[in-house]
Amino acid sequence: MRYFEDFAVGETIDHGSRDVTADDIVAFAAEYDPQPFHLDAGAPETKLTGGLIASGWHVAAIFMRLMCDSFLLDSACMGSPGIDTLKWLKPVRPGDRLSGRSTVTEVRASRSRPDRGVVRFRHELISRDGAVVMWMDNPVFFGRRL
Amino acid sequence: MSAFDAVTVGDTVDFGSYEFTAERIKRFAREWDPQTFHIDEAAAEKSPFGALCASGWHTASVMMRLQVDHFARSREHGLSFGPSPGFDDLRWPRPVYADDVVSYSGRVVAKRRSRSRPGLGIVTTEFTGANQNGEPVFSMTAHVFVAAE
Repeated sequence: MRYFEDFAVGETIDHGSRDVTADDIVAFAAEYDPQPFHLDAGAPETKLTGGLIASGWHVAAIFMRLMCDSFLLDSACMGSPGIDTLKWLKPVRPGDRLSGRSTVTEVRASRSRPDRGVVRFRHELISRDGAVVMWMDNPVFFGRRL
Repeated sequence: MSAFDAVTVGDTVDFGSYEFTAERIKRFAREWDPQTFHIDEAAAEKSPFGALCASGWHTASVMMRLQVDHFARSREHGLSFGPSPGFDDLRWPRPVYADDVVSYSGRVVAKRRSRSRPGLGIVTTEFTGANQNGEPVFSMTAHVFVAAE
């Protein structure tokens, strides 16, 4: 079980990887982002994207699930106030394998709430060839060992 | 007129609303964000949130769905926007609890032509979501590529 005190600036946590299929891409998009270039590899709109690509929200959700299974579900996580910046740098396509990792960039105890602290992460999703396809800066609240 | 030319800074759009039932909250979270306060009412009562609440990624994904539906209905813009290079300042200022109804809206705050991709413009929009009591539960400043010719 990880608490606030268990994070150190500079630490990198690897979250493992997940394969993305065309069925996955279409299933997420049909529910949350039904634009043609997320739904149909033959749609004329895929001229802009070079084929079927995953919804950016799907890519973010894949990262979240990787992080949950890696350590978040076994932590004192108390939620997050938001995402400072997120960049979708490269499209995610069927057959891609995405690996997640998070680097701790800041650790700060809360002044107003002594039961918790903020850990700031740079999260990244990496493709098979080592390219960063998405990154985000994300502060997360963690409970302290009391 | 291109989709880019049709956009004016200051344009506002109501995207409609969505009811975050317990079933919807748990279904999204089981797949993408299975922290106990998103999937289990009893565990959520003992969590810092005090009750079952939606994953922030669920709140954001629903905004996307309502936006796509809105523009699919609106012949004026069609589906000539997207994809997006990213966003800034996404905030979840308070939890979305079971049975909350969140209304989403957007306001265009900037537009410019892409330097790296001729024929495309980038439109920046501030999105907000508020619950049935008018309390903000979601906001972000997002960028999207739009056809400029």
